[in-house]
Amino acid sequence: MTFDQFIFYFFSAILLFAGLRVITARNPVHAALYLVLAFFTAAGLWMTLEAEFLAITLVLVYVGAVMVLFLFVVMMLDINLDKLKEGFWDYLPLALPVAILLMLEMAVVLGGRFFGLDKYSAPVAKAADYSNTKELGRLLYTEYVYAFELAAVILLVAIVAAIALTMRKRKDTKYIDPAQQVAVKRADRVRLVKMPAEQGSGIRDQESGGSAK
Amino acid sequence: MKEIIIPSGASKGLFILGPILAIAPALAAWAVIPFTEKWVLADINAGLLYVMAITSMGVYGVIVAGWASNSKYAFLGAMRSAAQIVSYEIAMGFALVGVLMAAQSLNLVDIVEGQAGGFWHWYFLPLFPLFLVYLISGVAETNRAPFDVAEGESEIVAGFHVEYSGMAFAVFFLAEYANMILIAALTTLMFLGGWLSPFPFLARIPLVGWLLQDGFIWWAAKVAFVLFLFLWFRATFPRYRYDQIMRLGWKVFIPITIVWIVVVGGMMQTPFKHWFH
Repeated sequence: MTFDQFIFYFFSAILLFAGLRVITARNPVHAALYLVLAFFTAAGLWMTLEAEFLAITLVLVYVGAVMVLFLFVVMMLDINLDKLKEGFWDYLPLALPVAILLMLEMAVVLGGRFFGLDKYSAPVAKAADYSNTKELGRLLYTEYVYAFELAAVILLVAIVAAIALTMRKRKDTKYIDPAQQVAVKRADRVRLVKMPAEQGSGIRDQESGGSAK
Repeated sequence: MKEIIIPSGASKGLFILGPILAIAPALAAWAVIPFTEKWVLADINAGLLYVMAITSMGVYGVIVAGWASNSKYAFLGAMRSAAQIVSYEIAMGFALVGVLMAAQSLNLVDIVEGQAGGFWHWYFLPLFPLFLVYLISGVAETNRAPFDVAEGESEIVAGFHVEYSGMAFAVFFLAEYANMILIAALTTLMFLGGWLSPFPFLARIPLVGWLLQDGFIWWAAKVAFVLFLFLWFRATFPRYRYDQIMRLGWKVFIPITIVWIVVVGGMMQTPFKHWFH
């Protein structure tokens, strides 16, 4: 076994274990962290394919941003797993055939006559100065520029829609405009008052009050 | 307390994992940082992407520690930190997009070589808004004052590491300082010309010229300067209010970086393009 193969099987084993734990872990936070491990290991596997841009982007986007927000939500929710698993045995008779069918379909496609792994030769190793990132960028911005721009616009619409749907102005928040805060002058807040010194009459009053008793 | 005490309600495995997750990315990112053009462990083409991906994982240490401690203060600190780091990472990433447009490379050595020829060629001048955004986002990203609400002593005791003691606590602090040095090194490489000398003619001075030519000594001096800025900010500014931190990140920094990326892209199509790279 070469070192490459060792890395592949090592990472695959971790990936399968992590994927299994995502669906079997009792604690949702643990499950989410196993999903992080799964993403990271998958990135490692892509790296061995010399697809460094995809691998690093997977870590950057999914591990660095999406899963952080996911964990953020999962940590704050009080999820009762027993309640979620209530209908498990009722749905099993339906779910099992669906799962088996899916497995069969995948086996037919991947192991079949036309798509089997033996039908494709291993990808040719690229020269050391070949930049995956540059090639991908060149393709995206020349040949597939319309599809790429369309995808970007759809994402933008989704962002705007998500904000527009959930945005509500609360009337009771005490929001302060920072521009106004910065523009405040000393004269607006502080008033210096000059008053003549007073005679210390307070002490005598107290004494007289005390003697009256 | 020198002993590592694990609270009885804590999630034990994750409680130990927290500090490890904090320090591991801070050290792993150094693999691609060049000290001089020859002195680099892994001179890879996607160096800038690698650094961004690895540093974006540092937040897990804080979140995992905060959640595993099973304490409200720690949890609040973790939540604040998660929201803050994710917000500022976007501005930071956009600032780096400007750098890679100017350098036309993701390789950190190439980025520094693109700034050769005196300090007026360094990227902090044409990319000045991005330089400021990157520097301030770097302070926010490392949870340093005035952005240290994740551990805000006055409100949530010590935030995410309130339950930690002994070496586990120390590892959090080592991670914070390792991240600081890393951000300082990255700022130096991207905007301040890395190991390049600010005045190339200094190398021609007899006797001391070999010391003042391009080399590690300039790299170290610039990193030390940026680190000094970190400490200076901490000593000068009061802590930001949390909603204002979010406003600064989303409503000020991200628009600035987007506008300046368009400016850089536009200027590159004009006769003035030699100013920008």
